[in-house]
Amino acid sequence: MAPLVLTAPQDMLARTAAELISKHGGVDRQRRLRDEGAELGYNTEVWAEMAELGWLGIPFAEEHGGLGMGMAETVLITEAMGRGLAPEPFVSAVVFAGGLVADAGDAEQRAAWLPPLIDGEKRLAPALLEAGSRYGLDRVETRAQTSGDGWSLSGEKVQVVGGVGADGFLIAARTEASDDGLTLFLVPAAADGLEVVAQHRVDSRNSAIVRLSDVQVAAGAVLGDVGGGLEPLGRAVDRATVAVCGEMLGLMTESFERTIEYLRSRSQFGVLIGTFQALKHRAANMFIEIELSRSTVMAAARALDEGSDDAELQVSNAKARCSDALILVTNEALQMHGGIGMTDEHDIGLFMKRARALEFAFGDAAFHRQRFARLRGF
Amino acid sequence: MFREEARAWVEGNGPEFLRGKASDPNAWAAGGRKAPFIYPESRDWLLAAVDRGFSVPTWPEEYGGAGLSRDEAAVLHEEMGRLSLPLPLTGFGYSMIGPTLLDHGTETQRAEHLPKIARGEIRWCQGYSEPNAGSDLASLATSAVRDGDFYVINGQKIWTSGADEADWIFMLVRTNPDVKKQRGITFILVDMASPGVEVRPIRLISGASPFCETFFHDVRTPVHQVIGEVNSGWTVAKALLGHERTSIGGMGRGRARTSLPDLARNYVGVDGMGRIDDPAIRERVTQCEMDAMSYGLTIKRHGDGLEAGHKPGPESSMFKYYGTELNMRREELMLSIRGPQALGWEGEGFEPAELTQTRTWLRSRANSIEGGTSEIQLNIIAKRVLGLPD
Repeated sequence: MAPLVLTAPQDMLARTAAELISKHGGVDRQRRLRDEGAELGYNTEVWAEMAELGWLGIPFAEEHGGLGMGMAETVLITEAMGRGLAPEPFVSAVVFAGGLVADAGDAEQRAAWLPPLIDGEKRLAPALLEAGSRYGLDRVETRAQTSGDGWSLSGEKVQVVGGVGADGFLIAARTEASDDGLTLFLVPAAADGLEVVAQHRVDSRNSAIVRLSDVQVAAGAVLGDVGGGLEPLGRAVDRATVAVCGEMLGLMTESFERTIEYLRSRSQFGVLIGTFQALKHRAANMFIEIELSRSTVMAAARALDEGSDDAELQVSNAKARCSDALILVTNEALQMHGGIGMTDEHDIGLFMKRARALEFAFGDAAFHRQRFARLRGF
Repeated sequence: MFREEARAWVEGNGPEFLRGKASDPNAWAAGGRKAPFIYPESRDWLLAAVDRGFSVPTWPEEYGGAGLSRDEAAVLHEEMGRLSLPLPLTGFGYSMIGPTLLDHGTETQRAEHLPKIARGEIRWCQGYSEPNAGSDLASLATSAVRDGDFYVINGQKIWTSGADEADWIFMLVRTNPDVKKQRGITFILVDMASPGVEVRPIRLISGASPFCETFFHDVRTPVHQVIGEVNSGWTVAKALLGHERTSIGGMGRGRARTSLPDLARNYVGVDGMGRIDDPAIRERVTQCEMDAMSYGLTIKRHGDGLEAGHKPGPESSMFKYYGTELNMRREELMLSIRGPQALGWEGEGFEPAELTQTRTWLRSRANSIEGGTSEIQLNIIAKRVLGLPD
């Protein structure tokens, strides 16, 4: 495995990313968007600037108009976004949906979607979850029936991240001929019979229900092979999972640093509360968990980039570790802030709310421990 | 490719008898004049390694090493691990005083001591703790008073690992009782054969006696055996504690050991799908394996950082803490997996591996105490890494 250190260009990218996020207001921006009830839940100007800097092309090959970088760079962007609670749909639209089109799409589909995605002009949203899916990628009820030369889709997807305002959706559905397999469809948002309804989650991010009532799509809308959707979907989910781990790392680091700062400045009983050993040891424990998390994220990103045999193990190890660490850190952060942490006015609660959304994205710690055990044959 | 070279050398020189014996404590040799080898093959293995500089692979060639980078040494050790061979040389000379002399010793001191460690001729022990200086190590009271070209040492050390088998001791002594306690400590080397040194082994809960009480009555050692400056021993000691913590923390991974999943399959059984037939044990095994993986990656990241020129920080406290806690959790889990068969002390009705496990579990309870307790490590992280106030 490549060294678990940042190269000079990676270090530069991480700094630039941090600067961009804080330039636009950092956590205050997320609060403002929430309070305004902004329909998109993010800023199109920030998205445009991310495109201008080339970030929306980071995971794509140069032949598709991308920068030809990999997950090792992708997690630097998501970490910076996590630190500043930046709500732009980078993971869902670029890493997940764009990555899936690049992986499983044909030349025409790539040409239609990737350049405008990389330029920031169009966005895709992966519609993965259904009401009963939990974390099972194959727990899909949405049906695809042949209709003329094409297909007719019916079903309902929930918590479609970045679904509001998306130009197209990646829909997983079951066909009559392939009850065991899944088929992926690229469906334009403007298709007749497709309805997008905004959902409101605890993290105030862009999320939607996508209802499909007899939506007609052409044969060319199938991404990859009919009945062969599960494999590329699994690969896309692994990449998106590691990108999410990067965001988790940013979130835990930021909430931890804010908490340490609080321990160093808040006095009770006439002394700084950071002098209390009961808090010191818990702080040190959090530090260790964050250090371990960082190693797993760097390793998982490199394992995916290198196509290692143990890439799936590394991904599950990282997601389980980051989920546990992030919940520990954000819960402890609130506790150590005391009563002020319970107020909406204080930012620490925003981190805790986002943490839960990330914990449940693509499987929580228990899910990934089970996957790890299954892969290792325990 | 160094890996091919290392593999060829290990396959050509690793004694058949020692292959598969990495988890047999009797196969590990720390050298020295007194009780160096339980298996004669360990001697052959050491001599072959000495010949090639592989007993202390990262040390410079002039001191008996092979001048390997950390990565190359890791590859060499992996290749030994692949055949489940013990390292050819272990002990405090290799892991602690050697690296300390490389950092803090004078050229004369290095030339005097390092080649003897590399060749396995001299075995070292550590004189740090005292009956009234445990976690609060800096309050140590064993005194050294200058008398011409000698220091005269009086006092008592405790928990001196392997003192009954060691040839030399590196120790902390008080050379100035009138200043802040950390400022009056000197790091000094003493020949254990000197008149006035007395060693008494201590019997532990595991039944073994790896530690001793060591008494010093007017023991004389030449002034040129002081490492670093007089009264600056605390700095040297902290550097050495870093090596010690990394070495103890290394227990959390490394050496080829009993496979937890295999052990669980054997003792607990498997269900119809071939899974460990107890969901709680299966979950604990999985957690333990994932923690070990994450810990291994963190050690790798730290090493990669050093190779890339990052300055070493107080990370050794993190490694000591996490590595020992992980090792202890693993030992506890192995007890749970073996159940009542883990209760054997000696005699019939228990397999040798079960009897060994009882002892290693008991031994492991010291991991979070020796080399600075877990609580002390957390204090160090809170203070030196996080900057929390005193």
